[in-house]
Amino acid sequence: MSDWLGPTEWQALALSLKVSFWSTLLSLPFGILVAYALARWQFRGKQVLNGLVHLPLILPPVVTGYLLLLTFGRRGAVGGWLEDTFGLVLAFRWTGAVLAAAIMAFPLLVRALRLAIEAVDPKLEQAAATLGAPHWWVFATVTLPLILPGLIAGAVLGFAKAMGEFGATITFVSNIPGQTQTLPSAIYTFLQVPGGEDPALRLVAVSVVVAMGALLVSELLARRAARRVAGA
Amino acid sequence: MSLSVDIRHRLGTLNLHIAFQAPTGITALFGQSGTGKTTVVDAVAGLLRPESGHIELSGQILFDSASGRSLPVHRRRLGYVFQDGRLFPHMSVRQNLTYGQRFAALNKGPSLNEVTILLGLNDLLDRRPGKLSGGEKQRVAIGRALLSRPRMLLMDEPLAALDSARKAEILPYLERLRDQTDIPILYVSHSVAEVARLATTVVVLEAGRVVRAGRAEVVLSDPDMVRQLGVREAGAVLSATVRAHHADGLTELAFSGGRLFLPRMNIPERSPTRVRILAQDVLLSRVAPMGLSALNILPVHIIAIREGSGPGVIVQIQSGQDRLLARITRRSADAMELRTGDAIYAVIKSVSIARTDIGAG
Repeated sequence: MSDWLGPTEWQALALSLKVSFWSTLLSLPFGILVAYALARWQFRGKQVLNGLVHLPLILPPVVTGYLLLLTFGRRGAVGGWLEDTFGLVLAFRWTGAVLAAAIMAFPLLVRALRLAIEAVDPKLEQAAATLGAPHWWVFATVTLPLILPGLIAGAVLGFAKAMGEFGATITFVSNIPGQTQTLPSAIYTFLQVPGGEDPALRLVAVSVVVAMGALLVSELLARRAARRVAGA
Repeated sequence: MSLSVDIRHRLGTLNLHIAFQAPTGITALFGQSGTGKTTVVDAVAGLLRPESGHIELSGQILFDSASGRSLPVHRRRLGYVFQDGRLFPHMSVRQNLTYGQRFAALNKGPSLNEVTILLGLNDLLDRRPGKLSGGEKQRVAIGRALLSRPRMLLMDEPLAALDSARKAEILPYLERLRDQTDIPILYVSHSVAEVARLATTVVVLEAGRVVRAGRAEVVLSDPDMVRQLGVREAGAVLSATVRAHHADGLTELAFSGGRLFLPRMNIPERSPTRVRILAQDVLLSRVAPMGLSALNILPVHIIAIREGSGPGVIVQIQSGQDRLLARITRRSADAMELRTGDAIYAVIKSVSIARTDIGAG
């Protein structure tokens, strides 16, 4: 297997997995918060928030990438501040790829979570409150376990989207082998050079396997969680 | 322990203004659907914020619109048993039961073991709510509320979703709760039979107002309440003691007005019972009847006669310390020349009293 993929290809696969893992993990808490707010709270600007969350789904990815560069680049408002305060640089680094992937996958994550939260009967949460449980405990012991199937589905969808993210990533962090060259960027690069079809095809195969694997695992986990939630 | 409620709230086209006191025991909020019963209980629990008013439990303010105070739901410590159970589907029965224990006051209250025995839950502990029958679910819901060690229990039609067999299965548990714990219970119901069996205090609601409140025996034997209770459902509740079980299948009860013979019931001798006697099951007679098959002939006197719009009249009669209602036709009342204060006889047919209308007192 290690001979089958060249070092550049291995690097691209490893980087993509790393980026997708962190982008999924870091966007989950925000995703849950936003989905909960959209599902349960009434507030001014709810439609604006909903629109903002879904924007990356509709905008050309290259536009999202450019906006990220403007905001989070070293001269950008947020980017400059991050570098001065935390020494954190995003543009042209793998950390930037994490941000780009997280933003692009966010709408999918939030949609799945919102549907799951809306399916939880608020009466169960009320019942928990009457038993003396404060809000955060109700969320942790009633809401969260009940949305677990949706959460898994959303996370896997987000992970798969992050694995495949290309446009925003290449615009924001470029395509530096070993640093920001993710799987799709590598495939794109191989296709630009003569004789690159073979490694490109191998990476395409890897992409398909990873995506299928992720879907299967999520399906299994979600089914198990759903059985538990159904109370059977 | 006493709950005092005085709230105003608009509910669709209905303007609620409900004020009452609920002392220890079971206080039944009785009324047809749409009279605001659930709104009141939700307001007491803190699930609904009334537009204005004041709710207080034993001196502690739960809600007060004047000062803007409202205790959050989880700090009110009121156990709520919902009509639909609302068990947590992803937890076992045991986990459901102990959910509120983490937040319960440590000092006093029943243990898991005591509640399990009281409600007969021993065989269910490791099951999931999805595998329980409706009656079992409600018993678990009651146990779960009890184990949160509430200062008061709120029950919103806990039996309404159950068939009569399941109701009969749960009623004795509720009676035990009433008689063996000192937790006051606010019990919402539109069933006169349930109220008669369980309530110590009755608050009758109509169109968002309290039309009558008082001790159950008094309210249920009030001829002016017959319209609210429904003529077929109207009937008084007697407190009695089991004197003997006879070999011919009858049980003899003693009450303040004498003896009653009823079909055999499974209540030990000398224990207190409550018997509901429907107004339509009581006959009146000017003279002591002779050669009649009915076993229960009580000397009574008339306290009040109420005429309705229909062909019937309701006669309130006194037997010893207890009061009964009799529903007879106006024609009979005229023919017998019944007057307030007259000494007459009431006849009650033993077998007409429904088994479910006899309960622990």
